[in-house]
Amino acid sequence: MRRSLGPALALLALPAAALGEERFPPPEFSTGYQMPAPTTPPPRAGTLAVLDVVLLAVALSLAAYLVLKRRSRNGVFALMLFSLAYFGFYRNGCVCPIGAIQNVVVAATDRSYALPAVVAAFFALPLLFALFFGRVFCAAVCPMGAVQDVVLARPARIPPWLEHALGLLPYLYLGAAVLFAATGSAFVICNYDPFVSFFRMSGTVKLLSLGAAFLLLSMFVGRPYCRFVCPYGVLLRWVAPWARWPVTITPDTCTQCRLCEESCPFGAIRVPTPEPDPALRHEGRGRLAVLLLLLPVLVAAGGWLGAHGSGRLARAHARVQLADRVWIEEQGKVRGTTDASEAFRKHGHPTEELYREAAELRFRFRDAGRLFGAWVGLVFGLKLILLSIRRRRDNYEADRAACLACARCYRSCPQEHARLGLVIDETEVPDAVDQR
Amino acid sequence: MADNSERMSRREFLAGKVRLAGALAVCGGVALLRPRGAIAGTVWQIDPNKCTQCGKCATECVLGPSAVKCVHVHAMCGHCELCFGFFEAQPNALTTAAENQRCPTGAIKRRFIEDPYFEYVIDEPLCIGCGKCVEGCGTFGNGSLQLQVRHDRCENCNQCAIADACPSDAFVRVPATRPYLLKSAEGEQ
Ligand code: SF4
Ligand code: SF4
Ligand code: SF4
Ligand code: SF4
Repeated sequence: MRRSLGPALALLALPAAALGEERFPPPEFSTGYQMPAPTTPPPRAGTLAVLDVVLLAVALSLAAYLVLKRRSRNGVFALMLFSLAYFGFYRNGCVCPIGAIQNVVVAATDRSYALPAVVAAFFALPLLFALFFGRVFCAAVCPMGAVQDVVLARPARIPPWLEHALGLLPYLYLGAAVLFAATGSAFVICNYDPFVSFFRMSGTVKLLSLGAAFLLLSMFVGRPYCRFVCPYGVLLRWVAPWARWPVTITPDTCTQCRLCEESCPFGAIRVPTPEPDPALRHEGRGRLAVLLLLLPVLVAAGGWLGAHGSGRLARAHARVQLADRVWIEEQGKVRGTTDASEAFRKHGHPTEELYREAAELRFRFRDAGRLFGAWVGLVFGLKLILLSIRRRRDNYEADRAACLACARCYRSCPQEHARLGLVIDETEVPDAVDQR
Repeated sequence: MADNSERMSRREFLAGKVRLAGALAVCGGVALLRPRGAIAGTVWQIDPNKCTQCGKCATECVLGPSAVKCVHVHAMCGHCELCFGFFEAQPNALTTAAENQRCPTGAIKRRFIEDPYFEYVIDEPLCIGCGKCVEGCGTFGNGSLQLQVRHDRCENCNQCAIADACPSDAFVRVPATRPYLLKSAEGEQ
């Protein structure tokens, strides 16, 4: 036994210059021993990915049919359960349109990245459907929406000012996601996806508790992620108002009975506007003019702040972090190494190369930070402007941008009851309407 | 009422134009980015030349145990009796007793072939992807043990959690049609 240890240890003493080279030549066997070949199990087949896209398209069509034609909450609910099971628990919530935003951004900014066709389809299909049917993706296809929807027990009313304020978050999140994807730093949407660890039934404690917190919140606040976080929801908000066949609360004409007013757990129902007072109208015009002038100021200020804060943003990039670390190590300002700096030294790349790369990245971050800041300014400015514009509304309507097409409000409308032949006397509408 | 319906039809006219523009923008934008490559796109893989066996592969994967496992390229292996991937740095004895082994889960199976050669096979369900054996083999041996993302397990997360944490930048997206990056006796496979 010990005999063979000697030469082996002697070999150790040799300078290990040739890392990974064959220090011990593979033997010739005399007994006819056959070496096993390393197995390479293939990834999930491409045809199955195509199946995902087909199922997505079918689910979207079915959702549109159930929401707009059948007007059936039960149907929507059933489809939602299917989507939760398939796209959520079976496919583990990956890839989804929300995360696909980042792939699209990377494809647009990094020529070496080829956008997979499946990801492109997941990004585009829900938007195309929203252009015609509203947010039917959110209604019954998105697994993230579904998981929040099924646990919704007692939706609390959120005061409008809070709804408006929190409603800005998705815009900022979208901006941040684009910023970090475009600079090649991180996929933040995926990193902070609260439900994906739940779909996989595994994950870090941090993510699992984030998911648990969101689920708990979803019991009392209708779909908090959808309304106050989801960056894809922003894109859907942009296209849904132009839908050819949007959600209409009543199947007939609105009789202004007010019965639907409280039926939306997501605060998406808008009440008729009163005839504006001419004096107020004048004042409103003045305010609008001020806000319009303020908009470029906000954008410029945001851009300036963004460019100045970009140094800090750049530290989100692993290479910049590494360069900083290596630099202070070289300067002798810290002792010891981190995993990353140790790995860097093991490879023996020149530090100058790393510094140059980091400098280029900082440069990119300056531009990206300026754009991000300008975006934040724009979002705030436009929000103020939109708040001061009153749109005339004669009836109770679902806000096309905010409506998640869940079909809950239908049942609160007496006209719907008449359509379904549920009531004989229209004045006697059961007030315990089905909230599901 | 007439005013109202006129307003509605004007709105619908405008909406039609916006819809067309929107549909063109979405389709055109995506087409401009030229979705291509394999149907299933890309998967994550470890470049064994960059990996420094930091141990994060065992702890950062969204799956527990990790989808990263040690893969043994037998053709590169010296089949040594004293395997630096299998044994602790200073083994008490060259036996398979647990205290002599590097692998914390005993996932490497050692079998005698012929004097003085041994075969080392990874028992994949036991492997947690910690890379301890890979480090030993790479530092003192032939580097035939390598960490790889195993695609029968990997969820192919849009953003691999280990890739985010990897200090060596060793995770890369590779075409799903060539999903492994094993070093082999003849060079990269
Ligand atoms: S808002 Fe976002 S998370 Fe919610 S259902 Fe729609 S796409 Fe899904
Ligand atoms: S369908 Fe009705 S209840 Fe559902 S989100 Fe839209 S407005 Fe609200
Ligand atoms: S995280 Fe990176 S360096 Fe660490 S073991 Fe995995 S591939 Fe190797
Ligand atoms: S892609 Fe996901 S499952 Fe696969 S190795 Fe990375 S973290 Fe693990």
